[in-house]
Parts: sequence; structure tokens; C-alpha cells
Amino acid sequence: MITLKLITQPVAPLEADCITPDHLLGKAAAEIASLPVAYGNQRGSLGDFFSVTGDGADEILIEGDLSRVKHIGVGMTQGQITVQGNVGMHLGAGMCGGQIIVHGNADDWAGAEMRGGQIHIHGNAGHELGGAYRGARRGMNRGLIVVDGNAGNEVGSVMRRGVVVVGGDTGEFTGAFMIAGSILVFGKLGERAGAGMKRGSIITWQQPKLLPTFRYACTYHPTFLRLLLQDLLAAGVQIAGEWMEGRYRRYSGDLTALGKGEILAWEGP
Amino acid sequence: MALDINGVEIEDTFAEAFKMWGARVVITAKNRKWALEAATQMTGFATSVIGCKCEAGIECELDQTLDGRPGVSVLLFAPSKDDLPKRLMERIGQTVMTCPTTACFSGLAAPDMLSIGGQLRYFGDGYQFSKVIGNRRFWRIPVMEGEFLIEEKFGMQRSVGGGNFLILGENPDATLEAAERAVEAIKQVREVVMPFPGGIVRSGSKTRSRYKFLIASTNDAFCPTLGGMVESALPQGVNSVLEIVLDGLNVAAIEEATRVGVRAACIPGIRRISAGNYGGRLGQFKIHLHKVLEAA
Repeated sequence: MITLKLITQPVAPLEADCITPDHLLGKAAAEIASLPVAYGNQRGSLGDFFSVTGDGADEILIEGDLSRVKHIGVGMTQGQITVQGNVGMHLGAGMCGGQIIVHGNADDWAGAEMRGGQIHIHGNAGHELGGAYRGARRGMNRGLIVVDGNAGNEVGSVMRRGVVVVGGDTGEFTGAFMIAGSILVFGKLGERAGAGMKRGSIITWQQPKLLPTFRYACTYHPTFLRLLLQDLLAAGVQIAGEWMEGRYRRYSGDLTALGKGEILAWEGP
Repeated sequence: MALDINGVEIEDTFAEAFKMWGARVVITAKNRKWALEAATQMTGFATSVIGCKCEAGIECELDQTLDGRPGVSVLLFAPSKDDLPKRLMERIGQTVMTCPTTACFSGLAAPDMLSIGGQLRYFGDGYQFSKVIGNRRFWRIPVMEGEFLIEEKFGMQRSVGGGNFLILGENPDATLEAAERAVEAIKQVREVVMPFPGGIVRSGSKTRSRYKFLIASTNDAFCPTLGGMVESALPQGVNSVLEIVLDGLNVAAIEEATRVGVRAACIPGIRRISAGNYGGRLGQFKIHLHKVLEAA
């Protein structure tokens, strides 16, 4: 395991996209410390901010308050990153594989446009969790994001594939312009969810306040949801047994777009 | 070398089995009743490729399934790689999709994957939705009851069909009792099914007939009523013969089923256990009774 310990708290944003298992794999501690980072409008090296111990492994442990450290795990394809503390923007954006675990909060754009792998944030997440960068035609495309706490606005916007689970509440425009995939919100689903969605599923366990462009279809037991919940259970997500058997109200929408999306709202066991 | 079990002679012969292609289909439903109903329908009229185009049977009931509901595992076999997807499409489409509360999944992770749900989805007429869960794609097909969920791809693998053994008894009751015991024992073996009614065949066949239009006819050498008329394979005192036919995902499963089945069938009233073959000329696999039973 490689351990990076924050020794100099950055005042300006620190862009450390070199912190991925792919970049650090097989490198000695000194080599890792010399990797370039961008600090504000200056260039620096990783060793200016972090102490580095261990070498060669594809598991990285990062300790400290990383609220201003951006781009950790960007584009990673393998291995594991564990963050003990809060983490800055763009965590795991565009990642294709591997796992990121955050024992704290994550800032905006965590898992944006990710292509695979898993992110588990034990605290809260910011806006655009698993979202799409401005102008992009697709957001998240495969992979799993689990947030134990709350998430901000535009969770899973323009999502193409994959699963986002938010244990708490979400902000506005959850699943806006979704193309496919699944977003599960155990807490309160923010307003205007699914705005402009073509396909895909937003599933919530509290009665949502929906846009008028979603129409009630029926109340039923979706079999696919049992599979999805079983899969999440196996991934370590806490799922109540009654959610498997329960009845769900299906709302079709967004009728201003293709209208083949759905919002499923749990009605009861 | 003579071999007997509980005083029943095991003939030194072999069963001749054939290459087939097989798939495992897992059917789940709201409860055991409906999972079994769909599985029974799916495996109906699937006794022999001669007349049914495929052979199928229920492998076992499942407690643990992908959706956490009661499930049944079905094995289906067809003579060629081209036939198998056709049979799966027909049978899943007509017997599983139509059955209330069911869902249908592949039970084999084989290198050869067939697009079954990927074809059946068109029944949804454009309103079908796909879901990728884990690394597997499923199709949600809207139906009048709600939704039919089916996996996109089903695994297919080389398999073995036509394993068999014959139970030669003194009377029909003892022979049927022995065959039923064999079936119950074989039900505990995985990767193998017995496609005939209740797992038992009474009308074993040979691969020719005196009629041009008929490729298979009664196995006259084992018909007790033809004693004295034909060259009989039956020893004195045998008045009834039943056959157990086995299809499996591999030879080892057929051998294991033969082993436990023959052992269970060796009860009082049974004179001999034999097996059906064509002199070793047609089948690719030979299941020697002595070899299989001595291996235990």
C-alpha cells in the first residue's frame, strides 16, 4: 500500500490528477513524490504537499483534509484509493475501473462521466455527482456510485449507464436529461427530478414532488428492481427487506423528451 | 467379469451417448408453484429430438436466485448449435413469458452466448427497456400483468445426450418401482436431466424400421411380448423393461447419474441392468456400466 499524508495544507486549489493507482503502480516513494501537480497558478510536485510511504502497490491510502485537492483518481482503471477525510472536486471523474472509498465528504463532480469502477462516499457529495461536464452529450456511463449521506443538484445528469445510490436526500434536477441507467434515492428526492429524461430509472422511497410532465402509469412490483437491490446488497449497500417485496408507483416521463424514462416511488410493503 | 449389486446382474455393456448442445435456464416466480408451472410447461413435449426437436427436463429447484424469489433450473438440449437458440426462443417465449409472475435468466456462463432475451424483447414493440445490472443485461418487456424480465444472453455449451440404462424386471410393478427409485436418486445429481415422462421410458427404440417412412421403431429385442418371435436380449423370467434416459452438460454428470440410478434400481424383482447402444457405431460417448459402477 502507498500512503500519502497531507503535510502542507493547500490554500489555493491543488490539482493532483497524478494520484491514481495507474500512475503510482510500480514507482518508488521518491519517484511518486516528484510527480507534478498544479497549485493555483504554479507548478509543484506531490512531495511538496504529501509525505509518501510505501511503493509499488495499486492501493493508495490518503490521509488529511483534502477539500482543496482536486482530480484524485481521475481516469483510473484499477486498484483502490481510500481517503481518510474530505476530498475536493472531480474525485474519480472519468474513471474506468477500480474502487474509491471516501471516509468523509466529497465536493462537486465526484464520478463525473465515469466509465466503470466504484466510488463509495461515506459522507455527503456535492453537486453533479456522476454528472456530465457542460456541453457533454453523455455523463456517467457504467460503474457504481454510493453516497451514504446527501448529494447536491443534478445527480447523474445526462447519465447513460450505471447506478448511483444516494442514502440521504438529493438536490434539484436529479437525473436531468438522463439517457439510461438507474438513480436510487433513499431520502428525499429533490424537485424537478428527471427533467428532460429520455430513458432510465429514478427510484425513490419517499413520495416525490414531480414535474407535470410525468404521468402516473400503475402501481406494481418491478422484478428488475429486486435484481438491482440484490446486486446492491451484495455490494454492501444497506437495503431494507420490505423494499424487495413492496409496491411501487410508476410515473412515465419526461413527456417533453422521449418519455420512456420512469420515476418509481415506493408505496409500501 | 461378473458384477452384481444386491443380487441384480449388471450386464457388461455400455450406453452410447451423443454430442448435443445444452443450455441452463433459470425460471423464477412469485412462488414455487408458478416457477414449477413455467418449468413444467417449458420442459413439456421435449422427450426426444426424434419427435420434439429438443430434449429438456427440470434439473432442480433453487433457493437462491438472482431476484431472491423461488426458482427452478431447467436444462434444454438440442442436436446442433443452430437448433438450440430456436428451441429456447420458442419455449421461453411461449411457456415462460406467458406464465404469470415469472422471470427468466441464464444459468450458464459459457463462452458461447445466445441472444435470447435480446430477441424476445421485440415482443415489447418498442416499449421494452434494458437494464444492465452487474455485468449482465436484462430486458424488461411490458406485458398485461406488469413486466416480464429476461436476461439478454443465455450460455450454451457442448453437452451429452442419450445416456441410458435399462431395468429388466420380473414383473411390471417391480420394474416400475425400481425405475422410480432410480429417478428419485438421479434427481439429486446436478447437470443432468431425465427428459421422459416421470424420467422413465417404456418404449425404447432402435434406429431403424421395416417401413421406409420411419427412422426409429420399437426395441424388439427388449420387448417381452416378442419372446420367441425375435432374437431377444431378455433372460428367462424377465417380463417388463423400463429405460432411464439421461441428458447432461458433461459426461461426468451422466456417469454419476448412471451410478446412483443403477444402484437405486437394484431391488428385489429386478433380474438385470443393461444399457442401450448401437454397437458403438453412432455415438461419440460410451458409458460402460461396469466401469462406472466399479469407479464408485
